[in-house]
Amino acid sequence: MSQRAEADLVAALKAGDQSAYAELVERHSPTIYNLALRMMNDREEAEEVLQETFLSAFRAVGRFEGRSQLSTWLYRIAYNAALMRLRKRPLPTTSIDEPIQNDEGDQIPRQLVDWTGRPDEILLTGELRSMLDSAAAALPETLRSVFTLRDIEGLSTAEAAEVLGLTETNVKVRLHRARLALRERLTNYFIPVEAGGAGQVGGAYVGRM
Amino acid sequence: MSVECRDHLDCLSDYVDGELDPDLCAEIERHMAECGDCRIVVDTLRKTVSLYRNHGHEDVPEDAKARLYAVLKLDRRPDPRKGGR
Repeated sequence: MSQRAEADLVAALKAGDQSAYAELVERHSPTIYNLALRMMNDREEAEEVLQETFLSAFRAVGRFEGRSQLSTWLYRIAYNAALMRLRKRPLPTTSIDEPIQNDEGDQIPRQLVDWTGRPDEILLTGELRSMLDSAAAALPETLRSVFTLRDIEGLSTAEAAEVLGLTETNVKVRLHRARLALRERLTNYFIPVEAGGAGQVGGAYVGRM
Repeated sequence: MSVECRDHLDCLSDYVDGELDPDLCAEIERHMAECGDCRIVVDTLRKTVSLYRNHGHEDVPEDAKARLYAVLKLDRRPDPRKGGR
């Protein structure tokens, strides 16, 4: 079944067309779920955010004025719903791996070992997937949401900025910090510090085989 | 990392994304030709991004989808990627 153009979809939603509601859910639930999952680090809460987002959106769609894209409007609802839940948590989620920053706020790479030839060989084990998840989960929330929208869900810098209420420059800075921190974590995984650094064969994964 | 390496550090994501100003891009490439550390940072940064792009997304679990449709009181449309049901 082909997808309707955005203007037609909005008109159908406003007219209460059930198939348009279903189309909206099919199109946008993947990104909403992934944003919520990465922000909450909890499947059950991610599912609740997903449900809340569409319940809120369905109630409000009559007032949607088309000043932003439907997707941006929905992701913003989802982001706010997730943020509200995070703020209600008893303790703030803090990273155990706060990146090292110098006075200018740069993050200086500590690990300078090339592991780019390794990961694809171990994808089938599923271990890489869980390591990617835990590395992303350790990022501060301010970086997690930017990273998820840009690098996992493929939104443009402008779209991510609109969803998160940030400037494009801020999105770029946060994305870069997230990537540097993840790069560091992945390097530690593939080439653990105790393995001795460059030139060593083995690393965390091989060592645990 | 040298002072010169640190000067380039902030630009590396833009470089990896192909969004860097051509002059700066050429400058970084000149530097990387001589600096193994920066080449490693760029290569591993690029690989980090590609790993998450290719493997970071998680499909909404089928049971969660079913509950979503139930909560929203909607009928499921056939999923075109699965050839319909």
